[in-house]
Amino acid sequence: MLAWTIYISFIGVLVLMLLPKGNASLARGTALVFAVLGLIAGIGGISQYKNFTAMAGSGKIMSFADCDWIPSLGIHYHLAADGISLTLVLLTGLAAVAGILFSWNIEHRTKEFFAFYLALIGGVYGVFLSFDLFLLFVFYEIAIVPKYFIIAIWGSTRREYGAMKLALYSFIGSAMVLVGLIAAYVVSGAHSFDVAELAKYSYPHSFQMWAFPLVFIGFAILAGMWPFHTWAPTGHVAAPTAASMLLAGVVMKLGAYGCLRVAMTLFPEGLKEWQNFFAILAIIGILYGAMVALVQSDFKFVIGYSSVSHMGFVLLGLMTLNTIGLSGAVLQMFSHGIIAGLLFAVVGRMVYDRTHTRNLDELQAMGLSKLLPFAAVTFVIASIASMGLPGFSGFAAEFQVIIGAWKAFPTLAVLTGVGILIGVAYTLRVLQKAFYGEPDEKETHAHEPMPPITLPEKIGAFLLIAVSLAIGLFPRLLLDLIVPSFDSPLFDWLRRTQ
Amino acid sequence: MNYLDLVKLAVPETIIVLTALAVLAADLVALRGLEQRFRFIIAGMIACVGCLGAIVWMLVSHEHANAFAGMLVVDPLTQLVKIAILTLTIFTILLSIDSDFTNHIGEYLALILFATVGMMFLVSAEDILMIFIALELTSLSLYILAAFNKRDIKSAEASLKYFLFGGMSAAFTLFGLSFVYGLSGTTNLPEIAVGLANRGLDPLLVVAIVMVVIGFGFKIAAVPFHLWAPDAYQGAPTPSAALIASGSKVASFFIFAKVMAIGFTETGIPAGLGMAGNAGWHAFHAGWVPVIAIVAALSMVLGNLVAIVQSSVRRLIAYSAIAHAGYMLLAILSHNEQSLASLIYYAVTYGLTTIGAFGVVAVVEQGTGGEKLTDFAGLSRRAPVVSFCMLIFMLSLAGIPPLAGFFGKFYVFTAAIKATPDLGLLWLVILAVAMSAVSLFYYLQVLKRIYVNDPGSAANPLRPSILTQIVLVVLAALVILLGCTPNLLIGWILSAIGSGPA
Repeated sequence: MLAWTIYISFIGVLVLMLLPKGNASLARGTALVFAVLGLIAGIGGISQYKNFTAMAGSGKIMSFADCDWIPSLGIHYHLAADGISLTLVLLTGLAAVAGILFSWNIEHRTKEFFAFYLALIGGVYGVFLSFDLFLLFVFYEIAIVPKYFIIAIWGSTRREYGAMKLALYSFIGSAMVLVGLIAAYVVSGAHSFDVAELAKYSYPHSFQMWAFPLVFIGFAILAGMWPFHTWAPTGHVAAPTAASMLLAGVVMKLGAYGCLRVAMTLFPEGLKEWQNFFAILAIIGILYGAMVALVQSDFKFVIGYSSVSHMGFVLLGLMTLNTIGLSGAVLQMFSHGIIAGLLFAVVGRMVYDRTHTRNLDELQAMGLSKLLPFAAVTFVIASIASMGLPGFSGFAAEFQVIIGAWKAFPTLAVLTGVGILIGVAYTLRVLQKAFYGEPDEKETHAHEPMPPITLPEKIGAFLLIAVSLAIGLFPRLLLDLIVPSFDSPLFDWLRRTQ
Repeated sequence: MNYLDLVKLAVPETIIVLTALAVLAADLVALRGLEQRFRFIIAGMIACVGCLGAIVWMLVSHEHANAFAGMLVVDPLTQLVKIAILTLTIFTILLSIDSDFTNHIGEYLALILFATVGMMFLVSAEDILMIFIALELTSLSLYILAAFNKRDIKSAEASLKYFLFGGMSAAFTLFGLSFVYGLSGTTNLPEIAVGLANRGLDPLLVVAIVMVVIGFGFKIAAVPFHLWAPDAYQGAPTPSAALIASGSKVASFFIFAKVMAIGFTETGIPAGLGMAGNAGWHAFHAGWVPVIAIVAALSMVLGNLVAIVQSSVRRLIAYSAIAHAGYMLLAILSHNEQSLASLIYYAVTYGLTTIGAFGVVAVVEQGTGGEKLTDFAGLSRRAPVVSFCMLIFMLSLAGIPPLAGFFGKFYVFTAAIKATPDLGLLWLVILAVAMSAVSLFYYLQVLKRIYVNDPGSAANPLRPSILTQIVLVVLAALVILLGCTPNLLIGWILSAIGSGPA
């Protein structure tokens, strides 16, 4: 069932390529059908996993495809899932559906757009479900290329620059990962790329000392870790709405997931040595992203930098090395994926596509809350969620991360609180400027009435808000999946490092 | 060993020679009066049938012999490489059918086949005399092929440059080989290894090794012996350039690896000592491995960096070929069984990809009259199928999974890290991986023109012939297939290597 998330997406790519040219609504419909099917397969997989854990014991890893792929190197086609990967599969499914709903207005080369889009989604599903690291790497790179084309062809501000920067950063990151993977494979002598096999071997300390940061940074580049985050704001700003949603929603999670699944699992000793260093980088990311977001004049840059800040929480949660912090990090991945998707949807689709500006001063002069009340309300809700107010998923996630951080390094946890405060400040600032500015009398009259919010946008917004609210009110829905996963043998390192 | 046995061993080569003669005769006798394209189709089909016949013969016959002390070695591995070369030749011929740069069709195809025969003998040779003769047969045919477009002065320039550099490199090779003979008293590769054993690195041997490396370095276009490549790739008719870049590369790399690994590696000496030496960053030991390591590093860096600034796609492919030669040299200097397998896999898949890329360049040239990057603008709107093929080829060259180019690189890098017990070659692998990240930039430049930019005023659809489209799609499908299931080829190569020499 779960494997079909991947296959459905790639079948969707093939179907879209074969569709007749020029029929945009057909392409949109097809893409939506395949994204929804993928989401259904993902949800079905979760219930399947629940049955499986009821039988096999909680936190077990469920394998659903394992066969020889390249025997001479011991590479397997091994797809499996635990609670962590399932959480992210669910996120991918939701983000994919929402992204299509919010790109309903793409008229230029529609078919190609959705073909690239589904290829990206398929790659992302693949990363989350691969337990053979070679396979994981293959999917990881499959997800890079479509991003370039989506941004370069359908993007806006400095799209070719943003797209190329994003592609090169991703590729350099994956190059670092590749070196680390091959070195680990050779040093362990395992004749297998299975993550469980490679994790069994205890690598020499001196090897871990350089292999861990190599692989960790390689993945963390894509997670937007300071100071390797600079692709993120430019990439987000250049990208079309759906791509921004996917970038912040799932692609940045690929990096964080890789950090957890590969770097930290394989090299726990190196992790222990580098823990404080990366925790400090994470804090700097939280504070730096928030402070830069405070002074931006481009609406989308604010959201772009806020993503850097929120991803800092994920990395900090990973570095706490305790179950609360780690499950908080995974929950934050999910939560940020949903909330950032919603924020980008409002900025890119609801506002920019209608006003054709993202300059906060110009928006201030329009008084958008009257012109686009639905967008304003959605953005208020998204802001509340993003600031981490109780009731939404952001609160549940960041709260856990801070508790975890408090246990591991109390001083840094205080700084994190400062980060949250600045987060409130920039969110309120942008909310006030973009929607509740004093309308300039002359300007408003000069403006033509804006096209109303369409049905797909409303459905997409309701979907994302509902999910964030559900997880905020009942975080156990996901935590029951996530927390037991840390008991599996794959996380033995967690107990050893404590 | 009598001559009848020899003929039996050389059946594939004989078939190709006879086919070449048949093509010449058919063109001279029967086809002269016909329309150009029709002539090309008939003659091309004869040539392809000949190549296919040779392939089938090698697939069904399981010869395993070593004739006249290494003059002609026939074993599963050489058969496999020959099959690969013939396959590349077939694709080259099929893509040349649409071209109109010459009306000497019979001669053109016959020369392609003669070059192929040279490559086949090269692959089978384990004797330095035979290696040299086969190398010359290949080279001389390729020089003429490069000059075949008589209407274009650039073709003549390409050929002259290629010829002068090639002649020089042949002189170096011969000079080096004569030293080897003088030192070891034999021309047979395994015996050379025995004859040179326990000599240490005396100055004469150093000169000999360096000369041989220079000679082969020219053939494979490694820095600093690469200067002919951009001009030859740019000026030569497209099919000739494709053959120089694919089949000839496969044969040269194979024989280069064989000469170094068999001739210059003493057995019974701890790895890394002796003539081979060690290029590990903390276990450096003089020998040919460090020499090749430096050449490889230079090729990767210079090839990739210079490719960035190219505006001509052919020159871009040429510089990327230099960079790829650097990656492949990594496999030669690792010299173990896995690295040989990785080298063959890499060279073959690289050959397929490059032929495809040249095929697309030819389509664009016919449609727009140029092969600058700007001529590719908006190609995806003008020729979607061809554009998609180019997408596959470029991404494969950049090493994006699940395409063949990725697995080739992965396999070569793994073999290189495994080559020394203490990760000694890691520095070279890191350099290679970093450079392949750089290479994505210029491959994306090509793809950006094709997919992102607008076609501008000349937006009429290109109509490449059905045959060309089919060939390109087949090549792209092969690149995807070999990338998704590399074991199809790797398993075959490994079992051929495992079956051992005759």
